[in-house]
Amino acid sequence: MSFPWAKQYSPGNDFTKWVDEKLPLPRLVYNAVGAGYPVPRNLSYMWNFGVLAGFCLVLQIVTGVILAMHYAPNALVAFSSTEHIMRDVNWGWMLRYAHANGASFFFLVLYLHIFRGLYYSSYKAPREMIWLLGVVIFLLVMATAFMGYVLPWGQMSFWGAKVITGLFGAIPLVGEPIQIWLLGGYAPDNAALNRFFSLHFLLPFVTAGVIILHIWSLHIPGSSNPTGVEVKSESDTVPFHPYYTAKDGFGLGVFLIAYMAMVFFLPNYLGHADNYIEANPLATPANIVPEWYFWPFYAILRAFTFDFILPAKLWGVIGMFSSILLWFILPWLDRSPVRSGHYRPLFRKFFWFGLIPCILVLGYCGGAHLSTFTILASQIATAYYFLHFLVILPLLSSFEKPEPLPYSITEAVLGSDKKAVLGENTSPAV
Amino acid sequence: MVRLLAIGAGLLFTLVVMISFVADAYNAATTDTPETAEYVFHEEARSPDGGWSFNGPLGKWDIAQLQRGYKVYKEVCSACHGMKFVAFRNLADLGYTENQIRAEAATWQVPGIDPATGEATMRAAEPTDYIPSPYPNDVAAAAANNNAIPPDLSLITKARHHGTDYVYSLLSGYQPIPNELKAEFPEFKTPAGLYYNPYFQYLNIAMAPPLTSSGQVTYDDDTESTIPQMAEDVTAFLTWSAEPTLVKRKQTGWPVLIFLLFATILAWMAKQQIWSAVKPAKRKD
Ligand code: HEC
Ligand code: HEM
Repeated sequence: MSFPWAKQYSPGNDFTKWVDEKLPLPRLVYNAVGAGYPVPRNLSYMWNFGVLAGFCLVLQIVTGVILAMHYAPNALVAFSSTEHIMRDVNWGWMLRYAHANGASFFFLVLYLHIFRGLYYSSYKAPREMIWLLGVVIFLLVMATAFMGYVLPWGQMSFWGAKVITGLFGAIPLVGEPIQIWLLGGYAPDNAALNRFFSLHFLLPFVTAGVIILHIWSLHIPGSSNPTGVEVKSESDTVPFHPYYTAKDGFGLGVFLIAYMAMVFFLPNYLGHADNYIEANPLATPANIVPEWYFWPFYAILRAFTFDFILPAKLWGVIGMFSSILLWFILPWLDRSPVRSGHYRPLFRKFFWFGLIPCILVLGYCGGAHLSTFTILASQIATAYYFLHFLVILPLLSSFEKPEPLPYSITEAVLGSDKKAVLGENTSPAV
Repeated sequence: MVRLLAIGAGLLFTLVVMISFVADAYNAATTDTPETAEYVFHEEARSPDGGWSFNGPLGKWDIAQLQRGYKVYKEVCSACHGMKFVAFRNLADLGYTENQIRAEAATWQVPGIDPATGEATMRAAEPTDYIPSPYPNDVAAAAANNNAIPPDLSLITKARHHGTDYVYSLLSGYQPIPNELKAEFPEFKTPAGLYYNPYFQYLNIAMAPPLTSSGQVTYDDDTESTIPQMAEDVTAFLTWSAEPTLVKRKQTGWPVLIFLLFATILAWMAKQQIWSAVKPAKRKD
């Protein structure tokens, strides 16, 4: 499942030989993230974010498991147990800030990872399965973060849970029973908090499982690269270790600096003040908003305001869910044979001047106070969002004349690929 | 086939959201929403002159200020507001010794149980007790305050946007209704039992101005207890109570960042070293 020139693991002493025979785990690691995995030599820093996302998950699990030792999932004491963590548990404040900001940085990294995939069309054959599993991971992390945010049982926890579970109420006929069933009551209360805690604890481990599948399927075709041209010969690749371990190590350092600066100097900047008020079912906050990473989707939800055949609320729910679910069919929508946005002049324009501003506008509107301006802006951006993925992308390849691609990765890096020109290595990569 | 369906769905979504757009734009153009006094006359929170000692990456508590702030809280605010997350033992952060804390706690009364009869009584507080609420429950609190419940103050500076500046501004911001407001919004009134304060979200707040005159609290140091000074001091105390670990957090952050910076530079150098063999010299096209 790798390239023929991949280095082979050879156990160095009797002990590792013995382990390799009984359980070839070191071999697996060697082939997955060691010298045995040949990787295109021209990856940019946009290829750092997969490893960083994995790091974030580990970080959330480690901080989360310790938080869970001190947290009490009971509506009567959840808020004060969180304050107990902040005040009385040794370094509890650091754990909690690390976990809360860790969620934000997790999403930041995931978004950059996804944008990389969108710009370089990493979702295209032969990498569809990697992409599909990635969307599953994203959905799992969203669900986890949503339920995690409910746990401190502040005002935004409560009202966020109420609004989001209320969305199920928009489903005709069965909506309300489903909502009551999900919450274990008419409004979020102890039953809801308990099951959210249980699932918030469980889902990261499910995510870890799907990540293993994600990487497994990645190792069949190997990583794509900024040219989008597939690996042709050994000179196109370098072994993952030490080349990309070193580069990822540096990337991790930069990431940690940004993340730790946030944890220690601006830990509440990304949060909402209302979540330091204990949940109160009788006092509705002036502006119920989710965490920043949900803002674009929240804006889509609020953009549908007109009862067109179906109630507006139902359109909003359908629109919001579709905006992510449509990523599942992306590999079959974009038919351009060229992967990388570098060589697609029209695609590139729509990406930078259409999609990116559209998402930023949605993000802004989703977090802002509702006003005529934010509603109208989010409606235009929502329209563009669906047009971009569902109409423009499928049609684009018929109009676009791609720019000439380099013959190989080596040529793109070195300016010429002597071996390739000489036809020395023409065996296809498997 | 997938593409045809997708295009259909895409156009449908666009159509529906654009209908919403037209309907909303039409509504916005035909009905004008009148500006509200709450919107026009609400003022943004401001810092005191000289800012806060604990702000900024090198911020530190001003211990004397926290002690003065505690005194303001105790003598003024505690008549209406409790602090359920602050225990007397936490006052050690303010520089008090164990004995001082024991004596200080004993000046407060908390609910207790009569050891002889098991009946509810009041007893002197101990260092492990938390600062009590003056009211037995929310109903009593609302009944005594014109139907508004004075919130617990433990977390108040974190529970408001720009909370530290906000609390300071609120406490020192009571004033008569400005004439421009009366001119622009003649129907705006401050009902009996409410007080005009432009920093409060709804402009009329149910808290009577708590700080009313210089010298209201007698400071133990030679700081003059003017209204802005008391507002500043009690706000500093409330910032401490909302996050007692604030200064420790910043002080921990520095070594962490310096270490990471060092490690990242090393990682950069290692990466350059490793890649130097395969990185081509700059392309000359
Ligand atoms: C006479 C009782 C009383 C005293 C004394 C008092 N307060 Fe209040 N306070 C209230 C009431 C009542 C409210 C609720 C106001 C409302 O919601 O309209 C309130 C609300 C507040 C709020 C929250 C405002 C908001 O944004 O919701 C803060 C902050 C506050 N008080 C601080 C203080 C401080 C600091 C002191 C001492 C200097 C103090 N209070 C003394 C009665 C009092
Ligand atoms: C996919 C990874 C995870 C994400 C995205 C995530 C996200 C979140 C978020 C957003 C919060 C609310 C933070 C706050 O406002 O304080 C939270 C709280 C919490 N999480 Fe997680 N989490 C993850 C993994 C875990 C794991 C693995 C555990 C434990 C096994 C855990 C345990 C907790 C606990 C106990 C809380 C409540 C305490 C608190 O509010 O700080 N989390 N999580």
